[in-house]
Amino acid sequence: MFLENATVKTVTQIGTNIFLLTLRTDKIAKQAKPGQFVNIKVSNSNFPLLRRPFSICNVKDETISIMFTAIGGGTSVLQNKQSGDILDVMGPLGNGFSISGSYQKAIIVAGGIGAAPFPFLINQLEKEGKDIHCFSGGRTKNDCITYEMKNTATSTDDGSFGFKGNVVELLSSKIDEFEKNKIKIFGCGPNAMLKSLQNFCITHSIEAEISTESAMACGYGICQGCPIQSATDENKFYLVCKDGPVFDVKAIELT
Amino acid sequence: MSAIDLSVSVGPLKLKNPILLASGTVGYGNEIAEFVDLNKLGGIVTKSLSLKPRKGNPPQRVVETPSGMLNAIGLANVGVEEFLKTKIPFLKKFDTAIICNIAASSIEEYVECTKLLTAETTISAFEINVSCPNVREGGLEFGNDKKAVAKITEEVKKVSTKPVFIKLSPNVSRISEFALAAKEAGADAVSAINTLVGAAFDIKTRKPKIKNITGGLSGPAIKPVALAKVLEIKRTVDIPIIGIGGIFSWQDAVEFMIAGASAFQLGTVNFVQPNISETMINDLILYCEKMNITSLKHLTGSFIL
Repeated sequence: MFLENATVKTVTQIGTNIFLLTLRTDKIAKQAKPGQFVNIKVSNSNFPLLRRPFSICNVKDETISIMFTAIGGGTSVLQNKQSGDILDVMGPLGNGFSISGSYQKAIIVAGGIGAAPFPFLINQLEKEGKDIHCFSGGRTKNDCITYEMKNTATSTDDGSFGFKGNVVELLSSKIDEFEKNKIKIFGCGPNAMLKSLQNFCITHSIEAEISTESAMACGYGICQGCPIQSATDENKFYLVCKDGPVFDVKAIELT
Repeated sequence: MSAIDLSVSVGPLKLKNPILLASGTVGYGNEIAEFVDLNKLGGIVTKSLSLKPRKGNPPQRVVETPSGMLNAIGLANVGVEEFLKTKIPFLKKFDTAIICNIAASSIEEYVECTKLLTAETTISAFEINVSCPNVREGGLEFGNDKKAVAKITEEVKKVSTKPVFIKLSPNVSRISEFALAAKEAGADAVSAINTLVGAAFDIKTRKPKIKNITGGLSGPAIKPVALAKVLEIKRTVDIPIIGIGGIFSWQDAVEFMIAGASAFQLGTVNFVQPNISETMINDLILYCEKMNITSLKHLTGSFIL
């Protein structure tokens, strides 16, 4: 975990209102694992006051990238960053995905901007010799992100791009093509999608990890602002920032 | 070695400098220690402890507001027993004041917690939280009742072998009356202020953004309020004050000392700039040099009206 003054290299629009920002951050890039995140102070002013958490999208040498939708507030400030600007970045934070294991095929399931952590994960999975299949969904074609994905099937609620329906329905329609004991699912997306994916994985006894999201202030475990209910101990909250953001699909209760 | 003396006293408690990290913003010290050398600080105030562990409130617990944030954590903590067993061994390693914050639901619980903790030599003082806005029992119920504040202070003082500070609520009309009640009951100092009760709504769903409905407002937004409360106490009651409320820079900290604080606590800023407490030390020295101040404690209450 480091605090680094990172230099903005590029801000690229990769979709309708979807941006990729690359940053030079020696220490963070060296230590980062897929599924971890960074907490960025996007401006020097009190607006926004708190850092904003972003999944690490990919790492190449001393450069990390983050993917975001410009939805106002902090993300709009980021969208307007120029090459050479300095950003105060904390990271890498959280636990990341567990890549090792005896599974042969890795199935990536992304909902909307939930595609953000997967380019980095896919690179690492490829190094491990895993066979990769991606499923990406969105409300419309504009929200369905396939950036740096492999063997990708897409779904949209309105049918404008690929399968008509949600991404879990798409996955469900294809699951018989896989041997269930030889796959591992990695999911990230909005809460409703994760909940539906969780039900699917538990019902079919498929090994899976999901990356969760929460409002948070500090990102490193001190504010206790990002609780998520343990599925096994009703008296326990995990913290998304420190115990997550990636959890075994059976470990947490999604509401 | 700087010629400037940064040491201060808060009642009987001596600190190497006035920089304290506020309760609820540093856990039990282990996470923030990755960014800050705690040995360099005046001290840290632990997350509020209750007799038994508390799970805390369901999410959403935090939301950003203009120049501030609302939180309703609900005093999530490991409980006294676990604190003594697993958190004290880490805190023991540091040469800094460890101020143990206690939050309870009844006077008996405050007393019980104090009894269990007071023999621990690592603890330098107690800060009694009578003012958490986010729990049903205790919290504001006590913080709004002068007699309750006096009674808690008196009972805790009876069993404590360490200095006792009372953390006051700003959600009252005259905070100085509460400071006076604490003083008369034997408090060694007061911490002012805790968070202000606030709310925020989602305009699409019309629901509160915080699950608890209201939360405690902190951050730069509350600094002027906090300064006014510190000043009010300083001008009315003869008791040491630990200033808290939206300090985000060394200049903010200096303002609190001028207004009457003997020491100050950094809170919300730890979430954003976790190393600021350490970098602030040098800034305070430079300020003193520039202003020909030989001892930082001379700043306390030095306002000119």
